[in-house]
Amino acid sequence: MEGKEIICISCPKGCRITVRNRGEEIISIAGNDCPKGIKYAEEEFINPLRILPTTVKVIGGELPLVSVKTKNAIPKRLLLKAMTEIAEIEVKAPVKIGQVIKDDLMGTGVSLVATRNIKRADSNLCS
Amino acid sequence: MKLEYDLVIIGGGPAGLAVALEAKRNAVKDILLLERDKYLGGILPQCIHNGFGLQYFKEELTGPEYAERFIYKLNDNQIDVKTETMVIEITPDKQIIAINRDDGLLYIQAKAVVLAMGCRERTREALAIPGSRPAGIFTAGTAQRYINIEGYMPGREVVVLGSGDIGMIMARRMTLEGAKVKAVLEIMPFSTGLIRNKVQCLDDFNIPLKFNHTITRIEGGKRVEGVTVAQVDKNLQVISETEEEISCDTILLSVGLIPENELTREAGIKLDQVTRGPIVNENRETELEGIFACGNVLHVHDLADFVTEEGEIVGRAVGEYLKRNRKFRSQSIKIVPGDNIAYVVPQHIDFLIPGRKKIKIFMRVKKPAERVRINLLDVKGRVLGSYKKRIVTPGEMVSVYLPEALLDDKFKNITVSVEKETRE
Repeated sequence: MEGKEIICISCPKGCRITVRNRGEEIISIAGNDCPKGIKYAEEEFINPLRILPTTVKVIGGELPLVSVKTKNAIPKRLLLKAMTEIAEIEVKAPVKIGQVIKDDLMGTGVSLVATRNIKRADSNLCS
Repeated sequence: MKLEYDLVIIGGGPAGLAVALEAKRNAVKDILLLERDKYLGGILPQCIHNGFGLQYFKEELTGPEYAERFIYKLNDNQIDVKTETMVIEITPDKQIIAINRDDGLLYIQAKAVVLAMGCRERTREALAIPGSRPAGIFTAGTAQRYINIEGYMPGREVVVLGSGDIGMIMARRMTLEGAKVKAVLEIMPFSTGLIRNKVQCLDDFNIPLKFNHTITRIEGGKRVEGVTVAQVDKNLQVISETEEEISCDTILLSVGLIPENELTREAGIKLDQVTRGPIVNENRETELEGIFACGNVLHVHDLADFVTEEGEIVGRAVGEYLKRNRKFRSQSIKIVPGDNIAYVVPQHIDFLIPGRKKIKIFMRVKKPAERVRINLLDVKGRVLGSYKKRIVTPGEMVSVYLPEALLDDKFKNITVSVEKETRE
C-alpha cells in the first residue's frame, strides 16, 4: 500500500491528511478534522487542478503586458509546460477583459482569457 | 484651483472604490476620488493571481478582474475621478491640498473625507540586515510590479525573506517565469500568510519554507551574490552555529506592511500603536468628525474582500453623517484587546443606531491557537459573549459579532480575549 500526504486548504487549520492508496484506488483517508477534508483530499489525490494566472506580451499597448488566466483549472502537472507555450503568444492592443487569447490551451479544452483591459498606446498620446 | 465636494476619497484602490460606490447608493451627491497612480485599482492590477472575490462575489477572480468589477461602475455613477493626483495635505477642517499636472495646485473643501491610502511594504532598511548594499534586493510587491505590469524579470536565483502572502505568491510567480526559488525563510515558527498560499505557491513547486530562519548577512558587490542564513532561538536570537550560505542573485522581502498614514498624522489624527492606523469608531470615523478611514490604511487586511466590506461600512456611514441624523451614546464604549489579541477594529462604539442588532468586531491574534473561545468581557471580567473558533492564527483576520443587546450604557469598555476551550 502507498500513501500521500495532503495539506487541506479548506480552512486556516490546514489539516495534514494522509491518503492511503493501492494504485489509483483510495483505501483510506485520515487526519482530517471535518468532512470538507475528505472531499479536498480526494480531489487532490485523483487529479489536482489549478487555475494558471500569468501574463502575455502585448503589441502596441499602453502597457507591455496583459494579465491572463486559464478560464478553468488545468491539471497541476501541466503548469510549467503551459508557461512555455504561453510565452510564445503575442496579442495586439486593444485587449478587452474576458477576451480569449488562446483557445484550447495544450489540448486541455480550456481557453486562456485576458483579465484586464489594455488600450492602444496611441489612444493615450495627448496625456 | 478651488473645488467643493460633499465627499473626497483619497486613494482609488479596493477601499476607495467601495466607498465611492456605496456612498452614491446612500444618496451622497458630489463625490471626488483622488488617485496618485495613472490607473484605478490600487495594488489589484499587479495581483494577477486568482483567489479574490470568494467572499464578496462568491466566485474566484484575479486581482485585475476584481478591480474592474468596481471601476466600470464609477462611470455610470457620475463619480469624479482624478488620477495622477497626489494629496499633500489634509487639514482638520477637511480641506485637501493636492497637485497634478493638469490642474496644478488644488484646494478642495470637503464635507466628509475618507482616508483610503492603503499601505506600504517594509523594506530592508526596516530590518537592518548587515552586509553590503548590492542591486537585487526588492520588496516582493516591487518585484510583482516589474514582472506583472512592466515586463522585467528581477533575477534568476531567489531567496525570499518572510512568508507573507505576497512573498509566497511571488515565489510561485518567479518559478513559473523560469527562476529558481531556493528558499522562503520565516523568522517565526509559523507562516504569516494564508494556508492556501503555502500549499499552492510553495508546496506545489517544492519550494522549501524554513521556519525559525532569517538572513544574517547579504553578500555581493554590484549585485547580490548570496546570503548567509541562520536559525533563530525562541527569543528570535540568531544561533550562529547554524549559519549556512545560499548563493542567489535576488532577495525578495515579504516582511510586513505598514499603513501609509503620513497625511493622517499631519492632520493631527491619533494612531493606534499596533495597527499603525487611525483609532476609529464603528463607523470607521477617526477622532476628527467627518474624517473616516478604511482598508489597509486603517489596518492591514489579508483579503481584498474584507477591504471592500469595510469600504462599504464607510460609504453608508458617510451617508448618515452628511444627513446629520446621528445619535451618540451617552458614553463611548472602548473595545480593548485582551489575552492573545493583538488589536481590535473598531476601537470604540459611539453611536445609538435604531434597529442595529449587532456590530462586527475584527481582530488579529498574536499567536496561533486551536480549540479556543473568543470571549467578550465587561469591566468585572464577566463573560458577555463567547464564540467558539476551531483555530485562530495571526495570518487570518478573525471576526465576531457583538450583539447590540449586550451593550449597556454603564459600560466603559469591553475586553476581547482568546481563551482555551475548557470542554470539548
